[in-house]
Amino acid sequence: MKNHLLTAWIYIRRSPYQALAAVLVMFLTFWVISTFVLLASGSQIILRYFETRPQISAFLKDETSLEQVEGLRTQLEETGKVQEVKYIDKKEALKIYKSLFAQEPLLLELVTADILPASLEVSTKEIDYLDEVVVILQGSSSVEDVVFQEDVADSLQQWTITLRKVGLGLIAVFSLVSVLVVLIIIGIKAVNHKKEIETQRLLGASGWYVRMPFLLEGMFYGGLGAFLGWSVSYLILLYSSPFLVEFLKEIPILPVSVWFMLSLLGAELLIGLIVGFLASFVATKRYLSQP
Amino acid sequence: MISFEQVDKTFGQLVALDQVSFEMEKGELVFLVGQTGAGKSTLFKLLLKCYSPSGGRIVVDEVDLNEIKSNKVHLYRRKIGVVFQDFRLLPNQNVLENVSLPLRIAKTDPELIEKEAEEALELVGLRDRLQAFPAQLSGGEIQRVALARSVVANPEIILADEPTGNLDIEAARDLVGLLKKVNQLGKTIIIATHNFDVVNEFKERVLCLKNGKLVSDEKNGKYRLK
Repeated sequence: MKNHLLTAWIYIRRSPYQALAAVLVMFLTFWVISTFVLLASGSQIILRYFETRPQISAFLKDETSLEQVEGLRTQLEETGKVQEVKYIDKKEALKIYKSLFAQEPLLLELVTADILPASLEVSTKEIDYLDEVVVILQGSSSVEDVVFQEDVADSLQQWTITLRKVGLGLIAVFSLVSVLVVLIIIGIKAVNHKKEIETQRLLGASGWYVRMPFLLEGMFYGGLGAFLGWSVSYLILLYSSPFLVEFLKEIPILPVSVWFMLSLLGAELLIGLIVGFLASFVATKRYLSQP
Repeated sequence: MISFEQVDKTFGQLVALDQVSFEMEKGELVFLVGQTGAGKSTLFKLLLKCYSPSGGRIVVDEVDLNEIKSNKVHLYRRKIGVVFQDFRLLPNQNVLENVSLPLRIAKTDPELIEKEAEEALELVGLRDRLQAFPAQLSGGEIQRVALARSVVANPEIILADEPTGNLDIEAARDLVGLLKKVNQLGKTIIIATHNFDVVNEFKERVLCLKNGKLVSDEKNGKYRLK
């Protein structure tokens, strides 16, 4: 293995510009992968945040009794589609009102607990269940009015799906380009070493023996590209963290867990090594077809 | 040890070997002579199983080469040492690394590799040139390094394809002398050449090919241009 590593290193050093091109293309691919994985997981957290917030407010009629409220709560929970049902009585509604309008004493003076309605704050397990729950609430004789934020979560979900599609498309294109570039570069090197390959074959070298330095070279490009792509995207994330924290406010997206980033690095290194290996394998296959 | 039984090799319409038959005993040294295009290289490539015969049978050490599967060819080749006409030393490796290549390929114990490579270089008188690179060697030295590489893994058979082709008569004599020395260690050797001075001097068995046919097979033979 030491000899194969040495030979691979000599191959790399002898054509530094080809090596640079291969590493740069791999870097770009993995930078795009890292960026989209971070964006996709971030948008997923944001979506989950909105999904788990109370999405439906059902304002109750004044004459609604606690038994009726409990009956409605049970009816909602039995659907299995409800994450949480919270009863806000008139006093609590006033508290919320006061906290919302703490800066406007005139508005506070005009309102008492009696004029605010009690309500049920409902969050669903999936955004798709909103309609069904709203129908149940609207059908209840205890409910005066139903307000729900379908549009926000819905458009956020659309954005997340679009982001994933664009990300997957870009990743597919960059991955294809990376494989082709490594394939071409290793192919050129195999042609340059054609006589050396023939000599080794005639001296009894197996296909794997001859192929090994090329495979190691491809894996080096893949591994280094993956590491650089991950590093740059992580640095950008760390650099932009203060701004993101300010922008996203209470949405708990940052800091990104170190374990998540290390797992991403591990997965990308593995993919890089496999892509480099496969591209080199294909590139050298035609030169080893003869025994 | 080596048996050719009515071996044919054709490439499309071109007949490279035509009904060639001969046998060689273990430990024999044979000169294979003939003009360019006579079929010497084809015969060597058939022996190395670079391709299969179009007809007939080649048996080496009781193994029919037609029966060797393609994924086992490399193991068969390890029984054969080769001196190539164009040397084929790896330019980016020094003498010691070049000579030890067959041992590395055969996954020999790393502790033995250097020792055995040095012994092979001792045999050809180049032990003091271990660290030199091919570009720093003379033609004769390169050919001797190639010879050391062919014997280092202790193969039963050595094929030398025009080893004297680029050498003056003195260097050619020295090289064939070294091959004779290796032959005396019990190795079976085939030397392809058209250097009749050398062939006539060593008086060994001579197989003569002409247009793909084996036209003569003489013990203590001479190479006569006809």
